[in-house]
Amino acid sequence: MSPVVKRKGERFTLPSKYLLFILTILCTIMMLVTFGTNVFNRPFNRVVGYVIVPFEQGIAKAGEWLANRSDELVQIRTLLAENSALKEQVASLTEENTLLQQDKYELNELRGLLELDEEYGDYNKIGARIISRDSGNWYSSFVIDKGSNDGLADDMNVIAGGGLVGRITSVGPNWSRVTSIISDNSNVSGMTLATGDNLIVSGDLQMMAQGVIPFSKLVDSQDAVAEGDKVVTSDISDKYLPNILIGYISTINKDTNNLTKSGYLTPVVDFEHLSEVLVITDKKQQVPGGGADGE
Amino acid sequence: MENNSSFLRKIVVVLLILLFFVLQCSVFNSLAMGGIIPNLMIILTSSFGFMRGEKEGLLIGFSCGLLCDIFFGSFLGFYAMVMMYIGFVNGKFSRIFYPEDIKLPLALIIVSDISYGLICYILMFLLRGRFHFPYYFTSVILPEALYTIVVTIILYPLILKINQKLEEKEKRSAQKFVS
Repeated sequence: MSPVVKRKGERFTLPSKYLLFILTILCTIMMLVTFGTNVFNRPFNRVVGYVIVPFEQGIAKAGEWLANRSDELVQIRTLLAENSALKEQVASLTEENTLLQQDKYELNELRGLLELDEEYGDYNKIGARIISRDSGNWYSSFVIDKGSNDGLADDMNVIAGGGLVGRITSVGPNWSRVTSIISDNSNVSGMTLATGDNLIVSGDLQMMAQGVIPFSKLVDSQDAVAEGDKVVTSDISDKYLPNILIGYISTINKDTNNLTKSGYLTPVVDFEHLSEVLVITDKKQQVPGGGADGE
Repeated sequence: MENNSSFLRKIVVVLLILLFFVLQCSVFNSLAMGGIIPNLMIILTSSFGFMRGEKEGLLIGFSCGLLCDIFFGSFLGFYAMVMMYIGFVNGKFSRIFYPEDIKLPLALIIVSDISYGLICYILMFLLRGRFHFPYYFTSVILPEALYTIVVTIILYPLILKINQKLEEKEKRSAQKFVS
């Protein structure tokens, strides 16, 4: 008997076993194909961009409105107390500001001398709102409400609050997915700002709960790196622009091989309460022909 | 007539999948407890699996998984495959399913969610050298399963009701077709 049964001689039905088999093969093919290339991404991203993203934008807006209202109610009392404290702070800050302004003139002069202006030149940025977060509990990524229509593309860096959030890993016409640096599948090449030593910052689910990110492979033969040092993205990273602040070293240990050091750093970005991010539309200059994906 | 009602079912199921996905990504993310969100896709997949049989279970699982893949997967097809098998296995239990009985659905959903967690752990974490299984089990898999079951108690009657309404409609149109 043929496995594909014709039921009641009228409609052609496929037994679920065979459907399962066919779809399994389809999934395997898709996995293999998308592992290396992104042929399917474009049409799929386009479709879901028009079907789902509008809902998500609506819900995100409504949710934000509700959260704002409830926050307002809670905060009114604390705001009053805060207000008087802030007024005092304003006074002291104005004083500080004048001092800093003096420093700034000095800094500009020195920078001019060193001709570093171009290297530290401002990047072009676009603001975006987070409209949905990862549907699972394993990785940490989110979707923002801007996409290729706004000029975004894969591998653009995302920052918030002066620190690195992550990079864009998938783009649709009106949405893009950002994989954050605390996500378990993310690695960032960084360096300590003070000494210029390279290290690898790798996201870890287990450490995420404690608010720190592990780093490893820090070669620091002179023991110059200390707790509290700033860690920025390195010059040699192939996806991240240089000198974006990642965080501060909180603990540092010598590895058992006595050559490298590892430890934890505290990110400057508050990943729990992100709602708006900035996307840097300048991309790291790629070496032509050097295509190996290092993430 | 028969075509008409099965068309209605398709529309309703597609809308349910979209609704659950959007809810999971936005609303339930703000209701996260300790950073853990419930897995609504599992609830939908396995309840349609044991209510309607293997075929519908695996198709709904496949589409739910594919949505997760497109938005959050590092490559297409992984979640789709896992969810598809979960829907298929749940469909095997449609023979002993009665709408009045809530114990079987709850048991099936919790087992589905735990096995989903285990599969994800093994394929995405264990293979990358993350060996600290007790941590991942107690702080991701188990809380997710518990939260999912709590949400199931609220959402499952709703899914059941929608399905019963659809089945009623199908039966009525089938009778009209016969007479």
